[in-house]
Amino acid sequence: MKVAIAQCAPALGALKRNTALHLDWIARARAAGAALVVFPELSLTGYYLKDLAADLACAPGDALLAPLAEASRDIDVSAGFVERAADARLHIAQGYWSRGALRHVHRKVYLPTYGIFDDGRYFAQGERFEVFESATGPAGIAICEDVWHMSTPYLYASAGATVLIAASASPGRGVAEGGDLGTAESCHLMNRFYAQYLTLAVIYANRVGHEDGIAFWGGSEVVAPDGTVLARAPQFDETLLVAEVDPAQTVRERVRNPLLRDERPDLVLAHLARRVGLPVPS
Amino acid sequence: MSGDHIGAIRPRPGDLSALRIDEALVRKMLVSFLRNETSKFGLKRVVLGLSGGVDSATVAALAVEAFGPASVTALFTPYRTSSDASRRDAEATAARFGLRLEVVEISAQVDAYFAANGGDVADRVRVGNKMARERKSIEYDRSWPDGLVLGTSNKTELLLGYGTQFGDMACALNPVGDLYKTQLRELAAHLGVPDAVLRKPPTADLWSGQTDEGELGFTYAEADLILYHLVDRRLRVDELIAAGFDERLVRRIREMMRRSHFKRVMPLIAKVSLRTVGHDFLYPRDWESD
Repeated sequence: MKVAIAQCAPALGALKRNTALHLDWIARARAAGAALVVFPELSLTGYYLKDLAADLACAPGDALLAPLAEASRDIDVSAGFVERAADARLHIAQGYWSRGALRHVHRKVYLPTYGIFDDGRYFAQGERFEVFESATGPAGIAICEDVWHMSTPYLYASAGATVLIAASASPGRGVAEGGDLGTAESCHLMNRFYAQYLTLAVIYANRVGHEDGIAFWGGSEVVAPDGTVLARAPQFDETLLVAEVDPAQTVRERVRNPLLRDERPDLVLAHLARRVGLPVPS
Repeated sequence: MSGDHIGAIRPRPGDLSALRIDEALVRKMLVSFLRNETSKFGLKRVVLGLSGGVDSATVAALAVEAFGPASVTALFTPYRTSSDASRRDAEATAARFGLRLEVVEISAQVDAYFAANGGDVADRVRVGNKMARERKSIEYDRSWPDGLVLGTSNKTELLLGYGTQFGDMACALNPVGDLYKTQLRELAAHLGVPDAVLRKPPTADLWSGQTDEGELGFTYAEADLILYHLVDRRLRVDELIAAGFDERLVRRIREMMRRSHFKRVMPLIAKVSLRTVGHDFLYPRDWESD
């Protein structure tokens, strides 16, 4: 089965233009034979929105998102938008469209508000990690900073996910001391680590382009459940990355490497319950 | 895994290895920056002042790579005291990167201004500031109607405040403002900036015999290492002193940063309304239309 990543450069604040751009990338992914195409974080709006967040927010059922539903009749699509919840809170959201409808929405839980990030000023936190059925099997979605919290992929894996869809808008930084970009090294390390030690596939979609002087570094990749990098896009260039994934590999890998089978979520839960002063489950 | 250097902070006086950059990676980021931040507004032309120094030569090289020489307006704007070496080096840089160097003399207008306003040109800093702002006003004029002015201030100058506000510090885009002088020289060599430009002592050439390091009283290498650890790695002054850095120099550089901070931010606006530019009217600069 083929999965695609649209490593694109959305325009900041141009929802309709970005929607048209999505339809182009979806068509290319479809032509490449992909069953799923994943877009980066906030792919429909751009990332550093600031006050634009409220201007561009829409409900999941908004007509503005209808073209994506329509485009998902014969290929699954995951893309990012600003969700205006029923209670008027704004969320960084990643939708999953399949068979002509929006099937799942993940709201970014961890909102970085430090350094070059200010998510917490403009957005409300998501509060759930839900596994849903994707073209590639049971999946969980993590949006950028969600991936950096190791509890996110852990919770998904323990709830049965075999695929982690990670949508990112990761700014490239840290060029000193001679090496590769600091952020690129960290992300590739995380993706391989989570894949191998949680025995799940990681589909990491990062964007490119610049916003207000900040470069998004790309480097999208698909990592197999044994930690093998199946495909990796170049840094900084727009790329449609297509990788062949084998859902049966997860089955084989989990027999060979039964870490998840032997995991003790009851012990983890008991430790955490004591730590935060909740009743210890018996 | 090649990330072993991340997190390893070893501040050592004289050890410039912390400032090393991957020149090819930085070059790609900066060329992409220039293309992205102009094309999204439908602009494809840039203007910059070529002084004969390494900073503007580096920006010129990046701009030529991003847009081609025909889309880069390079201006050399000498004052009557400007050195012949500056002109030769600006010409060599322009020739190296295929640019046509336009020369716009600024002596007449600078002298006319001071002559008409008391004629007192005894304060060379005041004259230097006027020259820097005169040059920038010419660059902005030449950018009309379809170009952007590129800045050439490096990170060392920006952090020390070693520049003229609304003069050489002014620009629409600055591709080199996050590179210390030491790093910028490394990039300049990679980009093929002429040797004479790479090797000469940095100077603003605002008066005869001026050099940056002579005026500052310390070298760029010393300042860069201290700034890198204070700013990028967030070390405290006392930690640098404990690591063997010169106490007076560390404190002086820290104080230069503090006193010049006004040059690095937008002008203050007095808030009286419910929503105010700069305070809580916060749209991205790259605010695009549908």
